[in-house]
Amino acid sequence: MDMGKDLVAASATPILLAILAEGDSYGYAIIKRVAELSGGHLQWTDGMLYPVLHRLERQGLVAAKWSTSETGRRRKYYRITKDGRTQLAAQRQQWQVVDAALRGLWMQTCPA
Amino acid sequence: MTTPGDQSLEQQIAHWREYLRRRQAFQGSDIEELEAHLRDQLTALTETGLADDEAFLVAVKRMGSLDALSREFARAHSDRLWKQLVIGSGPADDSAPGGQAEVLVVLGLAVAAALAIKVPALFGLQIDDRDLPFYFRNAALFVLPFLTVYFVWKRGSIHSSALWLALPFAAAAVFANIFPFGTRSDTQRLTALHLPLALWLVVGYAYVRHRWFAREGRMDFVRFSGELAIYYVLIALGGFVLIAFTVMLFASIGMKADWLIGGWIVPCGAAGAVLIGSWLVEAKQSVIENMAPVLTRLFTPLFSVLLLAFLGTMAWTGSPINVERQVLIGFDLLLALVVGLVLYAASARDPHAPPDFFDGLQLVLVVSALVVDGVALAAIAARISEFGFTPNRVAALGENLILLVNLAWTAWLYARFARRRGSFAALERWQVAYLPVYAIWAAVVVIVFPPVFGYR
Repeated sequence: MDMGKDLVAASATPILLAILAEGDSYGYAIIKRVAELSGGHLQWTDGMLYPVLHRLERQGLVAAKWSTSETGRRRKYYRITKDGRTQLAAQRQQWQVVDAALRGLWMQTCPA
Repeated sequence: MTTPGDQSLEQQIAHWREYLRRRQAFQGSDIEELEAHLRDQLTALTETGLADDEAFLVAVKRMGSLDALSREFARAHSDRLWKQLVIGSGPADDSAPGGQAEVLVVLGLAVAAALAIKVPALFGLQIDDRDLPFYFRNAALFVLPFLTVYFVWKRGSIHSSALWLALPFAAAAVFANIFPFGTRSDTQRLTALHLPLALWLVVGYAYVRHRWFAREGRMDFVRFSGELAIYYVLIALGGFVLIAFTVMLFASIGMKADWLIGGWIVPCGAAGAVLIGSWLVEAKQSVIENMAPVLTRLFTPLFSVLLLAFLGTMAWTGSPINVERQVLIGFDLLLALVVGLVLYAASARDPHAPPDFFDGLQLVLVVSALVVDGVALAAIAARISEFGFTPNRVAALGENLILLVNLAWTAWLYARFARRRGSFAALERWQVAYLPVYAIWAAVVVIVFPPVFGYR
């Protein structure tokens, strides 16, 4: 399944914030988690994750810190901020509205 | 990206890192973050049984195309495309020579220059109408020695030969002050105007040091001078705003700030700004585009049109040049400006490129300037005996001849180049070789003119 570019871009922020709400993480682990959650359908180009994370950091929705992992590799860990949680809640409501609307339509017209 | 088998994984990663580093959109920490990702990916891929180089290919492919990636990074960090240079800008570039130490040296020298201008006040020479000529005569001596010290320090050549540079300054101090100038004397004003020009050559020597006899060295100094002039004007504009607010604020509480402005802000600021401007040019030279050549490109066509229109109008109406007192100096300035346009166009030009439209435009500019000046000189020569030989007129005439010789030969070289008979390098060499002539003439005006004209 080939996902539309706009949809991938629009869903990136809530997905990233929700993953970070589960716990602090770093780029590579986030990518793996996204693939795992979407059953491999939501394929991000690896590098593209980072500009999005940096934009969220700039908006103050996430905070970043460099630290060394147990394997001795330096990584940049991201953490969701209070503003990030507020934003996540708002996004969640919006996506639920979209989801409910589509669900209602599809149940009526073309039950899959 | 090629991946020959004998290249180790680390080498490939280093290669890739170098690739990223060349893109403006990535900064050091981004590259480190992306590299950590690449290494995680590599570890995971090799664990599934891929060989190192196979894993590297897959991991790089998954990272996405560099073009798309740097575009996204640039969009997330649009500020990075605007090069920033601020004093003490944190973890900027540790590898830059000087760095923090240079900032301190520059600030120290700028303060020293600003205070040097206040030293004569300790001996009763106030910046007022009576002693103002003293300050004008010596203006360059308050600033340029500090600038020279900066370059000597920066080029790391603090040994005995650098001391020779002190000699011209000492000589300048002598010639600026031993002559018994009368009040409102013309030769005194000429000294004030020409001494900085002569000493600028000394600064230039400190700037390029042993590269002085190489063409490239002097051209670098020409570039530096042009950029410094532009930065100085910008700093001066800021200074005017500062002064305007000083006046406004103190006036609002009924106080006059004249002594503060005239006695401190203007002289000290003017002196210190030379150092700060020079440092900015030095620090920014690799960061942003040079402005002087851009202005040259902008104004060469406009001045060509102006001169052609002037010549056309004069030929059409037949009205002769009205020889007033100041007209010679006006035409001197015109020639100096054309020489400047030629010089800065040359400074930004690839000497190996074939002649193009802009070169033709430059030739038109030079030739029309020569014609205009020739007409003016003819008009002046006819009446010079009537006016008599005052120091101002002789100085202006000498400068006119010097610039005329420069431009005449420039026109010849340009014409040869445009017809592909000669190279542009010859023209550049001529311009650069001619630079000391200006300084030598300025020194002659400072040293010879006052006694010859009886200090009037």
